[in-house]
Amino acid sequence: MYVQHLSVADFRSWPRADVAFEPGASVFVGSNGQGKTNLLEAIGYLATLSSHRVASDGPLIRAGANQAVVQAAVVQGGRQLVIEVVLTPGKANKAKLNRSPVPRPRDILGGLRTVLFAPEDLAIVRGDPSERRRFLDEVLVQRTPRLAGVRADYDRVLKQRAALLKSAGAARRSGGSGDLRTLDVWDGHLADHGAVLLAARMELVDALRPYAEEAYSRIAPEVRPNATASPFGLRYVSSIDGALPRDEGGASDASNIPDVTVLSAMLLSELARVRPQELERGVTLIGPHRDDLDLSLNDLPLRGYASHGEGWSAALALRLACFDLLSSDGAEPVLILDDVFAELDTARRDQLASIAAKAEQVLISSAVVGDVPAQLVGARYDVADGEVRRVR
Amino acid sequence: MYEGAVQDLIDELGRLPGVGPKSAQRIAFHILATDTADVERLAAILRRVKADVRFCRICGNVAEADECRICRDPRRDLTVICVVEEPKDVVAIERTREFRGRYHVLGGAISPIDGVGPDDLRVRELLQRLSDGTVTELILATDPNLEGEATATYLARLIKPMGVTVSRLASGLPVGGDLEYADEVTLGRAFSGRRTVD
Repeated sequence: MYVQHLSVADFRSWPRADVAFEPGASVFVGSNGQGKTNLLEAIGYLATLSSHRVASDGPLIRAGANQAVVQAAVVQGGRQLVIEVVLTPGKANKAKLNRSPVPRPRDILGGLRTVLFAPEDLAIVRGDPSERRRFLDEVLVQRTPRLAGVRADYDRVLKQRAALLKSAGAARRSGGSGDLRTLDVWDGHLADHGAVLLAARMELVDALRPYAEEAYSRIAPEVRPNATASPFGLRYVSSIDGALPRDEGGASDASNIPDVTVLSAMLLSELARVRPQELERGVTLIGPHRDDLDLSLNDLPLRGYASHGEGWSAALALRLACFDLLSSDGAEPVLILDDVFAELDTARRDQLASIAAKAEQVLISSAVVGDVPAQLVGARYDVADGEVRRVR
Repeated sequence: MYEGAVQDLIDELGRLPGVGPKSAQRIAFHILATDTADVERLAAILRRVKADVRFCRICGNVAEADECRICRDPRRDLTVICVVEEPKDVVAIERTREFRGRYHVLGGAISPIDGVGPDDLRVRELLQRLSDGTVTELILATDPNLEGEATATYLARLIKPMGVTVSRLASGLPVGGDLEYADEVTLGRAFSGRRTVD
């Protein structure tokens, strides 16, 4: 899969930009603040319907403009697909596939698949659990677009349930009984949608693990405590872990993810158990929105223990694992490396370059062309003064 | 900003659902240019609708008398009640001419975000209608979205123990549509709700 053409209008700093691409490596070079990342962000947005830099769409629309348009032509197996998204603040975004409108923007998911690695990814290792959940969900949606709907429904149930818990809790504290009759109904919906999301995330972590271990060993071959086990560990930590069946030794192993109906029943019984606390605090305490992805190096948690470089290696290993996983179950995604070479030492830079050079298409941004390993300088685009110029 | 009454009219129109500031302005100037008689008629009907229209004592549908046209109709089946969210849903189902029973309009769906619980809907009235044993079947026709489903689940749990048959409208593929155009959720529901062919 590769992006053949990108055109944006009023997206971030760009009033208009049109860029043609070829398979292989393309490098955007320009000083800070010229809009290199904005172009890569636009491509990433078409693949995930979210930005890797901001949570809301507002900042994506150029200041003063009414709407932003992002359109790309993607070539997959000799076929061309034109994907377009129109972002309008305060309104639902609209999407088109081959120039005809689709009912919902998420219908375009899957048309373009990308794996984007950026300085922000350090937050996956060092940030709050929400960053890791976002990372997992983003990959989930690329693998199984249907889960975007499940995710949206789950969030809606959470909001409804939070509103109910708050009003019921407040009524209780002021001496009333609080209306709890409908809470069971919301519990049921929460468990149903939550179980689907939970099972999908557990399955994803198991699928990512071998790729991540291998990628980490390639990036940092010097970290090898013993010959058998990989130093890099990842484990899904769920809010119902206490209730999950465990095999001997306590590690939740690859093969025993419970069935969705079992997970749903477990979520329900855990919800019943924590209900008094939930009423007190007015928040839902059980469910995939409270979960985390545990990352460790030599059995020490990366968050807190890792050095800057180790954190980078781990984040990079996760992204490369996504790349390998997505390639293994379908079309090879477009690899996007946003301003990352400056952060890596020479050995890691070369490792990343040799992996990236094998990708069908890799799009790179860098302030200094010297930071990009020679084997990845294919097509070169200079970005300056609101223009993209191909120079090689 | 316009002067006095014109701006007031635009502001009032802009409060209506689905009318933005631009549309409000267009409607306001249309009204200004229209015959006085036409505007008087509109003003009169607006007053009448608030003064005369009531909600049916039995089902909660809009009515001009104590009871609505459907509840007064003796040919209607008294043993079946179809539960809907809004009066406009009654009109939609009536258009099918498939249903010969009576309705019960809840006046919304359970949605804690909007502060709507069972007590804000006409649930107590529904239970009252079921209490004398005439009604043997209840059809839940709330919207197939999250809030509608929650309302349906809540009512089903509440009413099934009373010995009334409770059913939910099927959700699935639109008639005359193509399978390939159905979204995954709808298609998935259609699968789980499939039936045997006689």
